[in-house]
Amino acid sequence: MDNERRKFLKIAGISALAGIGAPAIAKLTSTAAIAAGTEGHAAGDAPHAEEAASGKQYGMVIDMRKFIERPELLDQAIAACALAHNIPEFPPDKKKSDIKWIWKTPFENAFTEESATHLSKTIEEAQFPVLCNHCAHPSCVRVCPTKATFKQKDNGIVAMDYHRCIGCRFCMAACPYGARSFNWEDPRPYVKTINPDFPTRMRGVVEKCNFCGERLALGLQPACVEACKGSGAMVFGDINDEKSEVRQVLAKEFTIQRKPSAGTKPSVFYIV
Amino acid sequence: MIEKTLKGKPAYWIWLAFLGVFIAIGAACYIRQYLFGLALTGMSREVSWGLYISQFTFLVGVAAGGLMLVLPYYIHDYKAFGKLTILGEFLAIAAIIMCLMFIMADLGQPLRGLNMIIHPTPNSMLFWDMVVLLGYLSLNVLCGWVILTAERKEVAPPKWIYFFVYTSIPFAVSIHTVTAMLYCGLPGRHSWLSAIIAPRFLASAFAAGPSLIVLACLIMKRVAHFDAGKKALDKLSTIIMYAAIINTFFVILEFFVGYYSNVPGEIHTLQYLFFGLTEHGHTYNNLVPFMWMFVFLNFAGLGLFAYLKFKEGSDMLLGAACIMIFLALWIDKGLGFVLGGFVPTMLGEVVEYYPTANEVGITLGIWATGFFLVTVLYKIAVGVEHEIE
Ligand code: SF4
Ligand code: SF4
Ligand code: SF4
Repeated sequence: MDNERRKFLKIAGISALAGIGAPAIAKLTSTAAIAAGTEGHAAGDAPHAEEAASGKQYGMVIDMRKFIERPELLDQAIAACALAHNIPEFPPDKKKSDIKWIWKTPFENAFTEESATHLSKTIEEAQFPVLCNHCAHPSCVRVCPTKATFKQKDNGIVAMDYHRCIGCRFCMAACPYGARSFNWEDPRPYVKTINPDFPTRMRGVVEKCNFCGERLALGLQPACVEACKGSGAMVFGDINDEKSEVRQVLAKEFTIQRKPSAGTKPSVFYIV
Repeated sequence: MIEKTLKGKPAYWIWLAFLGVFIAIGAACYIRQYLFGLALTGMSREVSWGLYISQFTFLVGVAAGGLMLVLPYYIHDYKAFGKLTILGEFLAIAAIIMCLMFIMADLGQPLRGLNMIIHPTPNSMLFWDMVVLLGYLSLNVLCGWVILTAERKEVAPPKWIYFFVYTSIPFAVSIHTVTAMLYCGLPGRHSWLSAIIAPRFLASAFAAGPSLIVLACLIMKRVAHFDAGKKALDKLSTIIMYAAIINTFFVILEFFVGYYSNVPGEIHTLQYLFFGLTEHGHTYNNLVPFMWMFVFLNFAGLGLFAYLKFKEGSDMLLGAACIMIFLALWIDKGLGFVLGGFVPTMLGEVVEYYPTANEVGITLGIWATGFFLVTVLYKIAVGVEHEIE
């Protein structure tokens, strides 16, 4: 077992324990938690602070310096996700039917709110990975009329129930990050190699990155994170746990999020 | 009363047969879509709602428009609308049935539609839209039928029905308000994220719905000896005019906020709709001709209405004005509003949407179904009217 993975398992174990004890702790310390969680901007953030401080919220830090250094890493990550999740690849004349969980896009498209004037050459040419942000206040969940997309209480993942989704696509209109895809037609004929451990989808339902909930349950890291193992390009963990590796990175580096003005509180951070 | 639909002049049958052809084509197209999936439409990951949802949005307005007859008659005791309220109610029934058909056509998994009731989700505006639409539909069926039956027996309608008539008034407002809330509560879609959407929807609804009713009255005057009365039509054209002016005013306000504030997100959609948006050297402008058509029809229609206020005009002119306003508002809300909202995408790209032939076939089929329903329902209403004369 390699070092990275052992560290992750340890973190997962600790967070699981913390999860069990959480309600009691939250009760005893709830006021203190608010004070600690708001870090200075007390009044304005207070309504959200309680939520932010309690429970687990998986998140990710994407280190663009690493991806710029080794662009092939991103291709590996995307391929690993596609393989793990039976993501179809449509021929060019069927681009309209594309399904994307994690994909590449230039800076100005990933960060539509940041200025793209006089970008450095490196950033201008770089390809940024984008995926679902597993937002703390996801607008997709708010609009879904059937609860087919929902936020998992125990880990903060925004998940999908493919068997309940009616395909109204309200969530696609509501996600400010374009993170969701719809199965306009049966995707199965276009899945290159079927992974029997993960369901294929039927047509007429929405899907998106699930933060590899199925792998996390087995104590594994997300497939994309594992694909760039050792490089530090993607760090995954509980962003509500101060001791987690992601939080250590966040404490050290300046990071940005996509469209903070949408108020969704994304859980994916970028070091640019 | 149903039997009234079975007797008619040849023109009536030819018209129904004509609509029947479109309904059949629409049904065939829908079967294709049902078997293959929504990939048969022009919608994509980027423009994830198309003609179906835009028609739905417009038709909710047509349904709400009936309010402009019910409210003056029942609240302000405006007697001239006495013969017309039933037309407003029947139009609402047909329009809501069309809305529900468009929603079903748009669902990826139509057989799971009931999940919205099995798993009710009050934080979703779509859930509330379903509640108010079904409520408004039932109210109109109930009120329309009870009042028409009473009229036929030449007795006053039962007292209890007024409770439902008055309830239907806030319901008419709510169907379009909640439909606006589907759009105006979404973060990131700048052109929809505007508090003016609900009032703008209502204004355009109160012009589009009555326009259609005036048109129907003019047609029925010729083919069915149904006279709505000059006073009623005059009043209706005043209502249409004011509502269309208010809608125009709201559109101009959107322009002001966008271009004066110079906030890019507020401008992009307007730019795309009216002038075309350039990205990587390519100008995307497939809706531009439509939007200028909207501007032209809107002002020409308003001008014609104004002219008719000063000068005695013919039914033809009034009809032309109504057609212009109706088409203008259809472009404004039934095309531009929904489709434009997806441009630019959430990643700042421009992806254009072109409906496919199959999609247009289904859309026309549902419209034909609506006209079929309106024809049959109005036949009943006019038949009862003649019977008591
Ligand atoms: S990124 Fe979009 S799809 Fe993912 S949780 Fe946030 S709003 Fe929902
Ligand atoms: S498409 Fe499915 S997941 Fe999305 S809002 Fe509709 S029912 Fe919910
Ligand atoms: S976290 Fe998992 S599902 Fe999400 S992009 Fe990475 S591999 Fe795909």
